[in-house]
Amino acid sequence: MSEQFEPVIIGFTCNWCSYRAADMAGTARIKYPPNVRLVRLMCSGRLDPTFVLKALSNGADGVLITGCHPGECHYLEQNYKALRRYHLLRRTLIGFGIEPERVKLVWASAAEGVQLAKQIAGFVDEIRALGPLAWSMPSKQQLVAEPSVMEEVPA
Amino acid sequence: MSHNGSKPTEKPKFAMYWASSCGGCEIAVLNIGPKILDVDAAFDVVFWPVAMDAKYKDVEAMDDGSILLTLFNGGIRNDENERLANLLRRKSQILVAFGSCAIEGCIPGLANFSSQDQIFDAVYASVSTDNAGGIRPKTHTTVPEGILHIPEFYPVLKTLDQVVDVDYYMPGCPPESHQIATVIDLVLAVLEGKAELPPKGAVIGAGDSTCCDECPRQRNVKKITKFVRIHEMDAIDPDLCLLEQGILCNGMATRSGCGALCPQHNAPCIGCYGPAEGVVDYGARIMSALASVIDSRDPDEIERILDGIPDPAGSFYRFNLAHSLLRTGKVG
Amino acid sequence: MNPSQDEKERIGVYVCHCGSNIAGVVDVEDVAVWAGDKLADEGVVVSRDYKFMCSSLGQEMIEQDIAEQGLTRVVVAACSPHLHEKTFRGACARAGLNPYLSELVSIREQVSWVHTDKQKATAKAKAMIAGGVERVIEQEALEPLKVPIHPATLVVGGGIAGIQAALEIAESGSLVYLVEREPSIGGHMAQFDKTFPTLDCAACILTPKMVDAGSHPNIELYTWSEVERVDGSVGNFTVTIKKKPRYVNEELCTGCGICVEKCTRNVIDGEFEAGLGYRKAIYTPFPQAVPKYPVLDTENCTYFEKGKCKACQLLCPTGAIDFEQTEQYITVTVGNIILATGFDLFDARRVPQYGYGRLKNVFTSLEFERLSNAAGPTNGEIVLRDGVTKPESVGIIHCVGSRDRNYNNYCSVICCMQSLKFAHLVKERTGATVYNFYIDMRTAYKDYDEFYQHVMEEGTIFVRGRVAEVTDAARRSGEEDKLIIQVEDTLAGRQRRIPVDMVVLSAGLEPRRDAKQVAHTFGISCSANGWFIEKHPKLDPIATMTEGVYIAGCVQGPKDIPSSVAQGAAAAARVISRINKGEIELEPIRATVDAHKCSGCRICNDLCPFNAIVWHEDEMVTEINHALCQGCGTCVAACPAGAISGTGFSNEQVMSQIEGLLMFEQPVDLLAMAV
Repeated sequence: MSEQFEPVIIGFTCNWCSYRAADMAGTARIKYPPNVRLVRLMCSGRLDPTFVLKALSNGADGVLITGCHPGECHYLEQNYKALRRYHLLRRTLIGFGIEPERVKLVWASAAEGVQLAKQIAGFVDEIRALGPLAWSMPSKQQLVAEPSVMEEVPA
Repeated sequence: MSHNGSKPTEKPKFAMYWASSCGGCEIAVLNIGPKILDVDAAFDVVFWPVAMDAKYKDVEAMDDGSILLTLFNGGIRNDENERLANLLRRKSQILVAFGSCAIEGCIPGLANFSSQDQIFDAVYASVSTDNAGGIRPKTHTTVPEGILHIPEFYPVLKTLDQVVDVDYYMPGCPPESHQIATVIDLVLAVLEGKAELPPKGAVIGAGDSTCCDECPRQRNVKKITKFVRIHEMDAIDPDLCLLEQGILCNGMATRSGCGALCPQHNAPCIGCYGPAEGVVDYGARIMSALASVIDSRDPDEIERILDGIPDPAGSFYRFNLAHSLLRTGKVG
Repeated sequence: MNPSQDEKERIGVYVCHCGSNIAGVVDVEDVAVWAGDKLADEGVVVSRDYKFMCSSLGQEMIEQDIAEQGLTRVVVAACSPHLHEKTFRGACARAGLNPYLSELVSIREQVSWVHTDKQKATAKAKAMIAGGVERVIEQEALEPLKVPIHPATLVVGGGIAGIQAALEIAESGSLVYLVEREPSIGGHMAQFDKTFPTLDCAACILTPKMVDAGSHPNIELYTWSEVERVDGSVGNFTVTIKKKPRYVNEELCTGCGICVEKCTRNVIDGEFEAGLGYRKAIYTPFPQAVPKYPVLDTENCTYFEKGKCKACQLLCPTGAIDFEQTEQYITVTVGNIILATGFDLFDARRVPQYGYGRLKNVFTSLEFERLSNAAGPTNGEIVLRDGVTKPESVGIIHCVGSRDRNYNNYCSVICCMQSLKFAHLVKERTGATVYNFYIDMRTAYKDYDEFYQHVMEEGTIFVRGRVAEVTDAARRSGEEDKLIIQVEDTLAGRQRRIPVDMVVLSAGLEPRRDAKQVAHTFGISCSANGWFIEKHPKLDPIATMTEGVYIAGCVQGPKDIPSSVAQGAAAAARVISRINKGEIELEPIRATVDAHKCSGCRICNDLCPFNAIVWHEDEMVTEINHALCQGCGTCVAACPAGAISGTGFSNEQVMSQIEGLLMFEQPVDLLAMAV
């Protein structure tokens, strides 16, 4: 392939922490690749798995879910609901033959513009390495759930 | 309702067809009891392969729009299914996607988890198959008498509305007989000018809420700490919500209308009535609801609890896979 | 699928240059032309670019287009909505378009400032505008929620923070219900002798405020009472207060104290006197208590134990003793609530190596406060546990239970200054040798470090190091009958054993034992440590995420008296401003249950930390209280029946935005693969 694959990634942000982290990355002129397009929600707890499936089915190669750090949710504890849905969603994606690594959960406080930019850049590389979302049918092995790994922006 | 090209004395025409399905929908229609005689009295049954002899060419010969009502069950697995869907669409004034297969793929739709090769391997090359020659079906085979055709098998199963325009949807695997009877009563009332048809695209023969609405079990605030399967349980509390007992029950996300039959018999709802009104992706509703009430904030513990659902994709999309966001075609 | 031309929205797209901030990276002219062309099918009828959209000329451009072109939706591609959402909503409103029918797309913070490749940045800006256009089509006209504010206020906790808050509001002319769990208001401060750094007598400065609070015509005092239940929401809370039986009729009691005097039972006072003194079975916790009515302790009362005695009843001149009294429940309506429920002292027994409870001359800070208090059990004499011997040497250990990952990670804020105060008092009263064992000396704030200097000049010996152990096992001569403090002196770089007569443990502050339960009652939440969470740690430390519920004092985190007073006053000021305005406007981002679709599955019932989700058992449906709902949307996402919808961030809005963002991508179509 002559041209490098440029993945399209949809990112979901919470209004209070991660969206503000994105604002802060902007204000501080921190650079990250333009592959991510953000959607603002009030809270990561608003994240309906339908949104992730919709993004993947409409052509996104990866989905980034972001929210306040555990214990710091603007709505007290709703990010834990996002955490639970994320775990179940990944397991379900495996059943669809979709690499669970295409969906990633990142916690970012409003102050963590640098860290969020770094996470976005890392995720773009990860999805680039996975290649375009291919609608492969799952193999037997893939149907066995692998433990999911969650990465966290260091506070 | 008047229809073109028919004399006023003539009875309106009725058809029923099965595409990729098991036949349960047909049985459910017969199961409405004496009311089947009302159908016979009110309609001229022109095409119903299960019940009477008929040829495709007979249907082809009919005037377009000459059949008043067609109940179409089964999904679109091959080109024959699709051809008949198009044919019946053309000939019918009202085309009903009848039953889960036609609406959302149902059990045959689960094949959409597998590729065509995987399906053919399972059927023609697994240990239970005596097929030493490794023969695979071909759409055309030349024999001395000429060319034999068998329908072409599609890579995925499609739902009826992914190939033709559908007027109404009647969910269930199969639709409950009492609901069929209700719909027939409605149609008869419409014919007599005593009622009006629902708006096009409506779901008929079902409720507006979800299965829990009809379930008599006691329910409380939900906090899930484990998922168990029925055979792993010593006893099931007959009065308490199954989900609260750790049993994966899809009732909360599944359209009402069946009368919560399964939960009333200690069996969890598996979702045959499909999603509630306006829901885009049925499996996502269950995923979101279940995960929301898992009683843990610890990723490891959440994973441990989720181990209790061995096949999440299969459990959440048992009936709806062919209509799900990830395993459906883009329509419209 | 596409609506016909006349039912289509008429959308205006405005692309801002922001000087060169956006235009330097994004080809804004190209973007505007593209949107007018490629998004025309979606309903875009006007697409412009302009130097500064937020300028008055830029806003007028939008207003003019709304008026002349009949725009029904507006998309501005400029900076973050956190900066200028209000600006453009205002422009729409001025032109008669509902302000919520606009959308601000952040192509500065999310595109031009963070990307360098002009071509890719321009492409991303286009995708984001397509997302904004699709989303704005689904936007609904909304009105801010207006809620009237009931002028009465509930203050929970009668410590210094609560008293201050209550007095401020009462002085402004509004009614306050002040609820206190103990028999008297005053809180921890009433137990102290001196207050740092000025060494004011705590009682001297606190008592007048207590009396003011007790006698203020606008303060209704409920002591020996607890809040049982809170219903409703900002502007109109219904609060049920449980009044525990005092067995004293407050109408008749004059507070003469004869009953206390005549009571035959002496009881160790484990509360106010920290176990160092005695009280009677019928008692007022301390002489300056407000209110003055005593309370009867049934566990130690001879009458309640044996069925006879009644000395207090027989001798009460007004017949105020009432053995038949029972719990009373009082319901009040308030518009706002201030929580000032304070802290618990760290239990020094949890650090066994320091010997509290085992070694008799190890004291806690609260015990020391009582020892040094002129009105305390020893009349202010600092003596050993035997009640007579003056210590010749005293070791004061800082950070007991604080800054310690075995107990609490946080700094309890007040312990350094408290320990310095103790050192000064020991020096002043006994002339003993004083050692202070500290990790770091934290003497921020006005006049605090000066006090530290002063105590150093007095001759207190400061040893920097975390004490390993306090023991009575003598190893060397001079250690006999002493408490030996084993410590690594990190400045000297060696282990030391320092024998002393008395050890004072400067215990840290902890959240109240029932903080979680209280938080639940009021629909707010605790941090991982257990302190109540403020709305914003810097800019709004007195509000909570629950509208109408405020916090003041140590309930929000450890703090000293001046900060508690300031916070109490600040919370009061916020409440007063709400009362004066008469109503508040809330963002109309709220969830709503379609009762017809709700199956009563109860999945959502436990998802709301603000108690906005209400279950109706009789109708088997769930409802959402809009005044309590904060609009996070968690229940909307969770509802398996799709029966809950959320304004401002509806499924349709988000799904359409995703569609728009990906409008020009090529999804792989499974069905297209069908030959």
